[in-house]
Amino acid sequence: MMRLSPFTYLAPRTLAEAADLLAEHGRQTPTMVVAGGTDLFPNMKRRQQEPKVVIGLRGVPELRGISTDRDGWTLIGATTTLAQAARDPHLGQQYPALAHAAHAVSTPHLRTTGTLGGNLCLDTRCNYYDQSYHWRKSVDFCMKRPESNPAAICWVAPGSPRCWAVSSSDCAPVAVALRARFRLVSAAGERIVEAGDFFRDDGIEYLARRPDEILAQILLPPTDRSWRTVYLKLRRRGSFDFPILGVAASVKRGNSTVEDARLVLGAVGSAPVDATELAQSLIGAEPTTEAVDAVAAQAYRGARPLDNTDLNYAWRKKMARVYVRRALADAARLDLHHDSGQVGAALL
Amino acid sequence: MPRMILACTVNDEPVEALIQPYQTLLDVLRDTIGLTGTKEGCGTGDCGACTVHLDGQPVCSCLVLAMQARGRAVRTIEGLAEGDALHPLQDAFVRFGAAQCGFCIPGVLMSAAALLAENPSPTEEEIRYGIAGNLCRCTGYTKMVDAISEVAGAAGGKA
Repeated sequence: MMRLSPFTYLAPRTLAEAADLLAEHGRQTPTMVVAGGTDLFPNMKRRQQEPKVVIGLRGVPELRGISTDRDGWTLIGATTTLAQAARDPHLGQQYPALAHAAHAVSTPHLRTTGTLGGNLCLDTRCNYYDQSYHWRKSVDFCMKRPESNPAAICWVAPGSPRCWAVSSSDCAPVAVALRARFRLVSAAGERIVEAGDFFRDDGIEYLARRPDEILAQILLPPTDRSWRTVYLKLRRRGSFDFPILGVAASVKRGNSTVEDARLVLGAVGSAPVDATELAQSLIGAEPTTEAVDAVAAQAYRGARPLDNTDLNYAWRKKMARVYVRRALADAARLDLHHDSGQVGAALL
Repeated sequence: MPRMILACTVNDEPVEALIQPYQTLLDVLRDTIGLTGTKEGCGTGDCGACTVHLDGQPVCSCLVLAMQARGRAVRTIEGLAEGDALHPLQDAFVRFGAAQCGFCIPGVLMSAAALLAENPSPTEEEIRYGIAGNLCRCTGYTKMVDAISEVAGAAGGKA
């Protein structure tokens, strides 16, 4: 059985202490912070990551919990577990798509341990990367984890200069669609970044987070009932699996017309793909099936999934059209009455 | 690596152990404390054979560092029965013949117990979803669901 490599474990009690420890140890030795560990520890067992120092964030109370500020923003501590986020009454009422996305991650066991911050910082995934050390060695290491091979290539697109590992977070596309902001804290200070700027379209350098920074808080802007956000997830099994397509759609409706619309696709690239420009064609008119179909067709043309996650990639491309259509129609409160197909798992 | 002291409760008994910081809760339960009822399947959180309760919540003990259990309450399959009296779920699993090879059963029981503690009268769908993180490679889910449904029904809910 696979075991974790030896490391030193540090358990700070405050965020400042955690940031100091990360700065101090990160300078000399591979150091990582861990919240739930449900992504990091399997990766460590497969030797995809081998930190010598691990800083646990569980004991930092200021990183937990959900609150609101005077300006109506909702503040979520990054180590709030996915289970807590999924059943939180405030999130369920104000940001149901985020609560739903948190509920759609993995299984009950892993949601009691895994955190919202961890899901947002989830390592990108690829069939050639999420394998044991020996598997990867036998086909030769890829560029995301080249080991000692400086000429390691991308096995999905061997002629490509970049890594195409896939952003597989359920919460990330929803955070981008909600125009969330993230508070990053380091020993040198702190900064707020837009969710859309936090994710980078590169399978290796997939976050704008610096190595000395800790994702401390997720900030959600005030919302009202004119907005409706929907998240749909495609995966092999009705529970459990990583998304092979995620669609977050947000539509703001006035009395009858669409006032604003956003669309973000997950699991089709190394970062959430913000396709809001396509959805904005809905603005100014009453939403119709035809208008939604036109957006879905454009999203289909733009979706270019690669053969590096579960199921057939040509089918995943086709499903981009289907899921964008359903998500946008739902967000626009448009009844696709002639389309009775089940979306995702019955329970989701 | 300097060893660390883990102090927690396991099945309501206080436990102190000198452990390596990189040992998982599963390893410490099985190899240090000697509670081998909890099984190791995949080691990566996919199969749920290692499910235990941490402060009442079901977790994959293969993905929890033992040090993360410091000061907390751990319950394993050995602590599900009360003395010689089987937990109603264990009793139902026996009567329904839910176990085939049996390797997944400790994990399934712990997941089911956590589900019923949170939701005493789940629907069949909720039961299936509650044990979604437990793989049975004999694929004997039907009798497990029947057994859990019976216990849920006896607890006053709809089976």
